[in-house]
Amino acid sequence: MSKWDVSNFDNWKSEDYPEGAICLEAGNSVQYLTGGWRSDRPVWDENACKHCMLCWMHCPDASIYVSDGKMTGIDYDHCKGCGICVHECRFDALKMIPEADAEGGNHA
Amino acid sequence: MPKVTTLAASGNQMVGEAFRQAEPDVIAAYPITPQTAIVESYAKFVADGRVHTEFVTVESEHSSMSACIGASAAGARVATATSSQGLAYMWEVLHIAAGMRLPIVMANANRAIAAPINIHCDHSDVMGARDTGWVIFFAETAQEAYDNTVISFRVAEHPDVLLPVMTTLDGFITTHAMERCELLDDETVKAFIGEYKPKHSLLDLENPVGHGMFANLGGAYMQAKLAERRALDNAAPIIKSLGDEWAAICGRSFDMIDCWGMEDAEYAIVILGSAAGNARHVARELRAQGVKAGVVRVRVFRPFPYAELAEALSGVKAVAVLDRSDSFGAQAAPLALEVYTALFDAPVRPAIRNYVYGLGGADVTLEILHQVYDDLDKLAAGEANPGLVYLGIQ
Repeated sequence: MSKWDVSNFDNWKSEDYPEGAICLEAGNSVQYLTGGWRSDRPVWDENACKHCMLCWMHCPDASIYVSDGKMTGIDYDHCKGCGICVHECRFDALKMIPEADAEGGNHA
Repeated sequence: MPKVTTLAASGNQMVGEAFRQAEPDVIAAYPITPQTAIVESYAKFVADGRVHTEFVTVESEHSSMSACIGASAAGARVATATSSQGLAYMWEVLHIAAGMRLPIVMANANRAIAAPINIHCDHSDVMGARDTGWVIFFAETAQEAYDNTVISFRVAEHPDVLLPVMTTLDGFITTHAMERCELLDDETVKAFIGEYKPKHSLLDLENPVGHGMFANLGGAYMQAKLAERRALDNAAPIIKSLGDEWAAICGRSFDMIDCWGMEDAEYAIVILGSAAGNARHVARELRAQGVKAGVVRVRVFRPFPYAELAEALSGVKAVAVLDRSDSFGAQAAPLALEVYTALFDAPVRPAIRNYVYGLGGADVTLEILHQVYDDLDKLAAGEANPGLVYLGIQ
């Protein structure tokens, strides 16, 4: 899918970089997984959720999955565990748990 | 053949004319003495409909360079002008312009830096920006300020360079004094400069790119800086070949250094900018008395012409390096530091004395330049100490 081959990035020499170290492909941060930065993770309770979209609006990393106007889950590949969604949720549908306690968590 | 108009003009006026002929897409500028007439004249070109430039008036020099950076990343040909405190105020963004490899052309009217407050000529402002990654030209005359500015656009936009260029002229001395100048016709100059085709424009919606990226711990950052160093080194042969191309059009030679009497000189002055004329005048008087005096004027300070300078000074008994700024705490002032470096590997090194002169517009009289050559005679004979002297007051 990528039109800019960065597969050998770690071995690039100075002449391999575009002038000014510009990024030749916009929007490629989706390829950079940041989930490993988390120490705590938000966990979603589907039954308590009213799909008000407050979490979606406030998430600074676009890590709330939404489909057809309904929340469908959390993108743990990019969620950094900031907890803003939990803070904003009015219906106790989101809570933070230590990453170590999560199934398949970073510290499992 | 190009059509030439002979006119009486100041350096500022000639830089304004060069800008008009290059017709940047964007000029973002803030007025500061003694540069103001450059952007003032350009504002009139815009108001009179003679150019199609977006002229952005900003609230500070930090903003003017920031606006230039944005416009250049967007793919525009960009120019601006500043001086002294304005250049100092731009300092953090000067690095960004070079690091992002943006071909911005900026004229600088060389002026002292406060404190004490002073609006007159010296090179303290430019020397404060010498390590920011910009190509730096020093003009001696209004004519040369024009030539340098025209060439600046080609150097900056050259695909093997892609760096900002500072085209400097001495405040009040070159910016304001009227000289006999030759202005080439617009068609010739526009053909020489050519059209700017940005490699990666932010406004190219078909090929979206990101400018001003983060470079992670060490590796990528160092690689980008190495690329920047190489680009500035690349500029040297490109400046020379463009200088030859320009010389073929207008008949005025352009080289990294300008030598007078250096074929057989025993005593030489190395200098930047407008005071070179007085140095040559004194050297000419001394030649009439049988003294083999010469003058080397450095025209391009970055990339610095080390090999050319070493070649020019080979065979000289004693050298006076005249600096119009100081590097406090260093053994020598900025130009002298470069001359020491250039001569370090020379098989026979001449005696060197460093003079700081003309700070804050202090007069550079023929008398004190005679004093310099007299000192060199004593220096070569081992009767004077090398080291740094504030000329005329010490």
